[in-house]
Amino acid sequence: MTPRHLVLRAVAVLLAPAILLFALYVQFHADYSPGGGFQAGVVFAASLILHALIFGAGAARNLIAMEHLRRAMAAGVLLYGLTGAAGMTLGGVFLDYAPLAQSAQAGRHVGVFLVELGVGITVAATIVAIFRAFSEHRQDIGQEDW
Amino acid sequence: MSALLHPIVNVALLTMLVLLALGIALRRDLFSAAIYAGAFSMTMATLFLLLDAPDVAFTEAAIGASLTLILFLAAMTRAMGSEKIAAPRRLMPILVSLLTGAFILYGAQDLPPHASPAAPIHLHVAPDYLARTQEEFGFPNVVTAILASYRGFDTLGEVYVIFTAGVAILALLGGAGTAGARRRKP
Amino acid sequence: MDNALQILTEDYNAIIATFLMMIGLYIVMSRAHLIKKILGLNLFQNAVFLFYISAGKVGGGTAPILTGEAGAIYSNPLPHVLILTAIVVGVATMGLGLAIVLRIHEAYGTIEEDEIAQADIADDTRDEDRE
Repeated sequence: MTPRHLVLRAVAVLLAPAILLFALYVQFHADYSPGGGFQAGVVFAASLILHALIFGAGAARNLIAMEHLRRAMAAGVLLYGLTGAAGMTLGGVFLDYAPLAQSAQAGRHVGVFLVELGVGITVAATIVAIFRAFSEHRQDIGQEDW
Repeated sequence: MSALLHPIVNVALLTMLVLLALGIALRRDLFSAAIYAGAFSMTMATLFLLLDAPDVAFTEAAIGASLTLILFLAAMTRAMGSEKIAAPRRLMPILVSLLTGAFILYGAQDLPPHASPAAPIHLHVAPDYLARTQEEFGFPNVVTAILASYRGFDTLGEVYVIFTAGVAILALLGGAGTAGARRRKP
Repeated sequence: MDNALQILTEDYNAIIATFLMMIGLYIVMSRAHLIKKILGLNLFQNAVFLFYISAGKVGGGTAPILTGEAGAIYSNPLPHVLILTAIVVGVATMGLGLAIVLRIHEAYGTIEEDEIAQADIADDTRDEDRE
């Protein structure tokens, strides 16, 4: 059986990894160029959604299970909160990153990196989970209702 | 960008936004309305880039032009996709929105002119952030510094909201997984 | 002529943002279809974003990424931060709204506001009859 939408599949195979790579660049290069957790999260999610749209819900489930998405949603928020709390235990106040490394500047840099990572994980996982919830929710309507 | 070209592109994009918004309002079938909304977001992203906000343009392009559209289409295929032709209420909404717009424009007379460096918004915390970021963080992107550190509490709250909205959607649409269902079986 | 030019360069952004807001408000009030209402809300939200980002623009400025040059002018980064997060929060809450619409469709078989209200009234009268 030949797969349907051959052109779309070929393009998606080329594009999805490039978008993923770009999302990682946006995430980890956020301190020097436009970017950050929110942007990287949505771009990352966009590539997973592109994959799911073209290869179907089954392939998407095989790629990453809903359970993992739910864990990632919580893990990102936790990473953010724990980074804030870590500054507190090391002698600063909540969400003060200065005590995280030798110098205050390096500590803040590490703190911003971790916080952005937490934001990115939560945003990407939540958006993919929202899309997955909508696409797997079966209550189809007839053609004439359109 | 030259000083002359900037306002021209600005005005052109804003006019395009109005036309697309009218398209959203007037189209009866939701599929076209949603496509108009996607085009609207893409234009908005271009405008954000023109207004010196690449970070925001990024997000708007990824969210507004793709994810919003996909969610709307997903919702439409599962619920009714077009409006009824009869629209019982016309006059009152037009009156109320015209009145609201008139009040806002009346209040907007006191706004400083667009792009004026002397506007109050540019005189309080923003210069402080711009001056301190390089020294305190060692990297040049001020937006990242404010987002993650100067306004860290704010962002933490936003992440909570996103997380909560995601949990609520999973609860509503039954994407909460099979773990609970398995446990409920005798 | 001078006056018109001044409006175009100095006030156009605020005027258009207000106008978009009015269109969004009109859609929310006049249409009974719930998905269309959410589209209107989305438009309203985008108008607010436009207003904020326009307010953050500084004439002759550049994006707020420090170049290290002395005397460089940067646009105000604070509205960018607020709107950046608001866009992502907006899509999450909009998804929640659409999820509620889907559940309403399952429960009532329609997402036209007036038909939902009629179904509710019919339900109430049936309950009263039973009592």
